[in-house]
Amino acid sequence: MAAVTSVGEAPLAVPAKRGRGMQAGRRRRLNAFRYVVFTFFALFFLLPLLAMLRFSFEGSTLGTWSASAWSQIVSYQGPPPLLSAVEISLELGVLTSVVTLALLVPTMIWIRLRVQWISRAFEFLCLLPLTIPAIVLVVGLAPVYNKIRHVELSALMLFWAYVVLALPYAYRALAAGLNAMDVKTLSEAARSLGASWFTVIFRVIAPNMWQAILNALLLSAALALGEFTIAYTLLYNNLQVELYSIDRNTPNASVIFSTSLAALIFTFLLLLIISYAGRRRRRGMR
Amino acid sequence: MAATTASDTGARPVRAGRRPRLPAWLGTTPFLVYIGIFLLLPTGIVVVNAFRSPSGALNLSSLTTPFESPDRSYFTGSLELCLISSVFGAVLGAILAYAIASGDPDGTVRRLYIAVSGVLAQFGGVTLAFAFVVLIGPVGLLIHASWFYTFPWGIAVIYTYFQVPLMVLVFLPAIDGLKAQWREASDSLGASSWQYWRYVGAPLLAPAFFGAALLLFANALSAFATIVAWENQIAYIVPQQIYLAINSEVGLSNVNQADVLALGMIVMVAIIMTGYAFLQRRAARWLR
Repeated sequence: MAAVTSVGEAPLAVPAKRGRGMQAGRRRRLNAFRYVVFTFFALFFLLPLLAMLRFSFEGSTLGTWSASAWSQIVSYQGPPPLLSAVEISLELGVLTSVVTLALLVPTMIWIRLRVQWISRAFEFLCLLPLTIPAIVLVVGLAPVYNKIRHVELSALMLFWAYVVLALPYAYRALAAGLNAMDVKTLSEAARSLGASWFTVIFRVIAPNMWQAILNALLLSAALALGEFTIAYTLLYNNLQVELYSIDRNTPNASVIFSTSLAALIFTFLLLLIISYAGRRRRRGMR
Repeated sequence: MAATTASDTGARPVRAGRRPRLPAWLGTTPFLVYIGIFLLLPTGIVVVNAFRSPSGALNLSSLTTPFESPDRSYFTGSLELCLISSVFGAVLGAILAYAIASGDPDGTVRRLYIAVSGVLAQFGGVTLAFAFVVLIGPVGLLIHASWFYTFPWGIAVIYTYFQVPLMVLVFLPAIDGLKAQWREASDSLGASSWQYWRYVGAPLLAPAFFGAALLLFANALSAFATIVAWENQIAYIVPQQIYLAINSEVGLSNVNQADVLALGMIVMVAIIMTGYAFLQRRAARWLR
């Protein structure tokens, strides 16, 4: 809109003076509108977070201040202890992102190099989990997980399902990385110098898309950290489920707010790394 | 694509001389096996079980039970909540997106709001319910809203918190696609602001707007954690009842209720996404 007002300052058919007056009036109204909207939404987005922040500093009686909730993140004795749930969620984040990448990176490069005709079907499969609600997936996964439970009881087994949830996000990040370089020329150059397909994928293409790989890694980890539906329905305990059960036992316990905020800040930092890496890449391409 | 297949077939006779080769698509088998077990098989299980009675015989009652009590109430609950939250999210998000688009394209405000939207669109789960309880719930710092625990309005307000940022992310490209020349053309022909929006802006943006609203609808449909943390005693929407059907001890008379409800959700999502794809194609005609 700024472009409109500066470019169209003096429309041909309209007398210049009247035109400018109209534009100035419109811009004033537009600016007023923008400030109102931005203020409203800043409050809308910030207030719930600030309320959580206040409650994370709530003392033992209502209205007092105390930082004890923040130290309780490590010391809260469940059962099960909060820290073990934090550990499980972090481990799930690592497992999910590593398995997602191990599954996607070689397959995507391979498809780009050798089996282009499959790429549309592949994209469809990767984006499918976006449309299938997690709660629906869980209904079908329950029998599968009954089999898994015979072998291993640990909540870490959730990663099998989390990889599926992470697929669409990881796929889009990696596809952006692959599109940003000339895969064909790189692979032809490497092949003509005698490189094997393995070398082409892991030593030529993959290192060239490390930022996309980092994005996919962090997005998958963030997803695993925030997951609730599947863990809760299959009766596993991860961080989100633990927070929920603490809240059910002691409603509005201040430790759930400090832990939630800590998790939020952690996720935010992960996403901040992505946008920083992304900006550097864009600048490099210019 | 045609060019690649041609060069593939052209290269084959040369290589075939060296040693017999496996077809290249075999490289995708690890992925396909994984997806098969953890995505396609579960979806298949849902569909098959929905049409099976406990004894294993074919059972077509799942075609009608979603329209009968009590299942019907969960579907109407889901529809109500998704409709309200997606309408609010779409309208508010469109307003915010317009405010963002009308500013400096490289400005701080724009970059900040886009970054924040990216984070908040994913910010759901139990934490969001906690945040609203302490803001406007019974112990709220801002107000003690009497309607906080009423369905669907109380939970719809909470849902709006992640619907608005999602709308901004999806709809902003469409608003950015409005060409400055169109406004100039209508100005130079003497059109008022209202006429511009009525005859140019709104018709151009309508497919993108409704497409984005459908996406918000689907987003609200699959949300589960927030409503569980908000209210865990009463099942209002389909996902809550699916959870109860899977985990309750008493529902043995109707073991495949979860499958039937899940199939209903798959059908709803399929309809929504078809509509979304159609509107996306319409939107792409002018805005790019």
